Amino acid sequence: MKFPMNALFAAKRAFHLLAAAGALALAGCVPHEPKADLTIINGAEPQSIDPATISGQPDGRVAGALFEGLTRLDPKTAIPEPGLAERWEISPDGRTYTFHLRSNLVWSTGDPITADDVIWSWRRVVDPFTASEYAGQMFFLRNAEDIATGKIKDLTKLGIHALDDHTLRVDLVAPATFFLDLCAFRTLAILPRQTIEKHGDQWLMARPLPTSGAYTLDFWRIRDKIRVRKNPRYWDAANTQSEIVDFLPIDSQAAAFNLYETGQADIIWDKGLVPNELLDVLRKRRDVHFFDYLGTEFYRYNVTNPPFADVRVRKALALAVDKSRLVEKITKGGEKIASSLTPPATAHYQPPEGLGHDPVLARKLLAEAGYPGGKGFRVIRYLTTNAKTSVQIAVELQEMWKRELGITIEIEQKEWKVYLAEQSSLNYDLSRSSWVGDYNDANTFLDMFMANNGNNRTGWINPRYDALLNQANQLSDVKRRAEILREAEVLLIRDELPIVPLFFRTGVNFFDPEKIEGIYFNLLDEHPIAPIRRKK
Amino acid sequence: MYFLKRLLFLIPLLLAITFLAFALVKIAPGNPFDSERAKASPEIERALKARYHLDEPFLKQYLRYLGLCWEKDAAGRWHWAKGGLIKGDLGLSTKYRNHTVNDIVRQGLPVSLTLGLLAFLFAQGVGIPFGFFTALRRGQWSDYAGSFFAVLAVCIPGFVVAPLLIMFFAIKWRIFPAALWETPWHAILPSIALGLYFAGRISRLMREGMSNVLHEGFITTARAKGCSEMGVVFKHALRIAILPVVSYSGPLLADLLTGSFVVESIFNIPGIGVFMVNSSLNKDHLMTMGLVLLYAVLLLVMNLIVDFSYTLLDRRVKYE
Repeated sequence: MKFPMNALFAAKRAFHLLAAAGALALAGCVPHEPKADLTIINGAEPQSIDPATISGQPDGRVAGALFEGLTRLDPKTAIPEPGLAERWEISPDGRTYTFHLRSNLVWSTGDPITADDVIWSWRRVVDPFTASEYAGQMFFLRNAEDIATGKIKDLTKLGIHALDDHTLRVDLVAPATFFLDLCAFRTLAILPRQTIEKHGDQWLMARPLPTSGAYTLDFWRIRDKIRVRKNPRYWDAANTQSEIVDFLPIDSQAAAFNLYETGQADIIWDKGLVPNELLDVLRKRRDVHFFDYLGTEFYRYNVTNPPFADVRVRKALALAVDKSRLVEKITKGGEKIASSLTPPATAHYQPPEGLGHDPVLARKLLAEAGYPGGKGFRVIRYLTTNAKTSVQIAVELQEMWKRELGITIEIEQKEWKVYLAEQSSLNYDLSRSSWVGDYNDANTFLDMFMANNGNNRTGWINPRYDALLNQANQLSDVKRRAEILREAEVLLIRDELPIVPLFFRTGVNFFDPEKIEGIYFNLLDEHPIAPIRRKK
Repeated sequence: MYFLKRLLFLIPLLLAITFLAFALVKIAPGNPFDSERAKASPEIERALKARYHLDEPFLKQYLRYLGLCWEKDAAGRWHWAKGGLIKGDLGLSTKYRNHTVNDIVRQGLPVSLTLGLLAFLFAQGVGIPFGFFTALRRGQWSDYAGSFFAVLAVCIPGFVVAPLLIMFFAIKWRIFPAALWETPWHAILPSIALGLYFAGRISRLMREGMSNVLHEGFITTARAKGCSEMGVVFKHALRIAILPVVSYSGPLLADLLTGSFVVESIFNIPGIGVFMVNSSLNKDHLMTMGLVLLYAVLLLVMNLIVDFSYTLLDRRVKYE
């Protein structure tokens, strides 16, 4: 009887040890924190929340809560209104802006924000060493492009100068009519010089972290939670509605939706976070909000290779596409089909009508180009990312082209980075593409197909198109400018067709209007955090 | 002495692993700085590459990663390059520019360790008794039922188990939270989802081990000496029967502790498992390197511990 008892004790002891280890492990994992006043499911983990180097929308939402520019966007209309600058004057030729900073501006740490901070922040963006993805937003400033390309090494040559501690003069190379919109753009936000110079790329981890916006950064735990807290020293702090706001970086559709449904989050604002299959069912709920914004889905032709060097072939493929099937069968968010690249809602601009759906004409054009019934047409490679919706669209297009034109498309699914590399190096025949406007102006869509623009990625070069865009951007007459831009877009989507627009994007937000207020829908899908709160 | 030798052998082994991994991440297609929006100027792309030393020749990059790079500074004086593996610096993440790899590992590893340990304990705590008792009742209905559940646990993958657990326990009955990593309550579903498969495996291994051992000569001897049945199975059979489970547990623990892509994604748990996969998709070279290295070290150490524990459990095993 001696052995078994011992053995049993040993087993018991081992079990207790296991249990104790488990309990310890559990206890170790839990930080204790007060509950947030607002919890937002924000999409993918931000790659950065340094306004000068961010590029993604989830990144921008957090950065926008922490740092402000000379202007900010009205939460209802997304039209620029005074931010850190309380007023400004514009010279008659539209090339010189004089900004007056608010006199009582301070960082969240209490130190004053001065004109020098603005100048330093803007110079940092164009300095190639900063490697800002969006430095191009600054190119309307005098010498900005030459500094960014390394032709001018002296940062003080940038077209922004202090007249005194609270007054700035900004010199533009052209009367950019949307410059005040740009001033509200994240890239141009005002940042704390001392902290950045001291801590380099990791400056957002420094404490205390001076911020210029409505919130301060409490903590940033990667892939876990970003918590911001009201900045009581913000100039408009009286209108900041929620004390503590949590951003949950979630990119899994299931996790996002489950958290929202079980009441652990107040808001989801990323269409990518809701499966398309559910949209038909969810559409009827009062907490699901669809809205239009400035985003277009299209495909690119590589015009440097036959058969797509021939514009008739490009047109034939475009005319064979029944775009309504894509939005009804696949995307299901109430997207509108597109014949132009620029969305119709774009400010001061009416886009031209592009090509429609006409399979008969498509076949005729293809025959004229020497491929009657698709005979002699080589197998075409359609480059796409491996995102589910994009692949579904590719399959649908493949089927349409086979049926209407008798041509065969091979779908090449690539992971994101490889897809981008292949597209940039023109290693494709057709390529899935999309673009979301950075500001509310046709230029943000049209300038990417200029010959020297890195986003062109089609091999299409048209001197007349470039000339029209350059001419338009020298004008301060909004109507005349729109006419010229329209003429350029006709070249792009009707005459030359290096790209084919498919549909305009729709955004989806999830929040219960009975519980949450302060969220408005606008074309830029911009929702400043300060006015949002849970109803009491 | 033997283990000391093996410990020393780890160094060249790890060096070889770092070299291979470094070469592989560099050969893979795609560039960490490709993005939907083109860089505003080629100068910016150059600046980015220079910042992460991607403009240097392969061998120099590798030596820099190890911390064995000898270079000239701006004033023309030679000096050791900053950072590097030998100083415990895993480098910068190109994807998450505001974080270093050390920073990301420091935040994610404790979470993955906790989840992995819990799943490991669950797997052992359920698997060993399960296998043990089904072996003792070999051929009876409880053996068949138990074995059926063990096979089921092995057959159903985590990405099916996890959503099922969420659907019932989080959405329908609202007993546990659906995702996130906050209170001990949050850890229960993911630990089960992660551990269930391994519980099944361990149960199978334990049952096999036990069944084999019960037919061994020394068991018959023990019975002949008049040991009670309890004494025979616990004192004599168990410590030999558990050996397959022990050798399986080493690599298993290394695997579990470095996180799980599937379970961490589904429950949105901030561990390092997701980075294991995403860093290579993002071409975040040094992040991939850091995690590969971490996994390699854990795996090698765990195997060493397994071999060592053999000498304790089975007196017949001796290393020279």
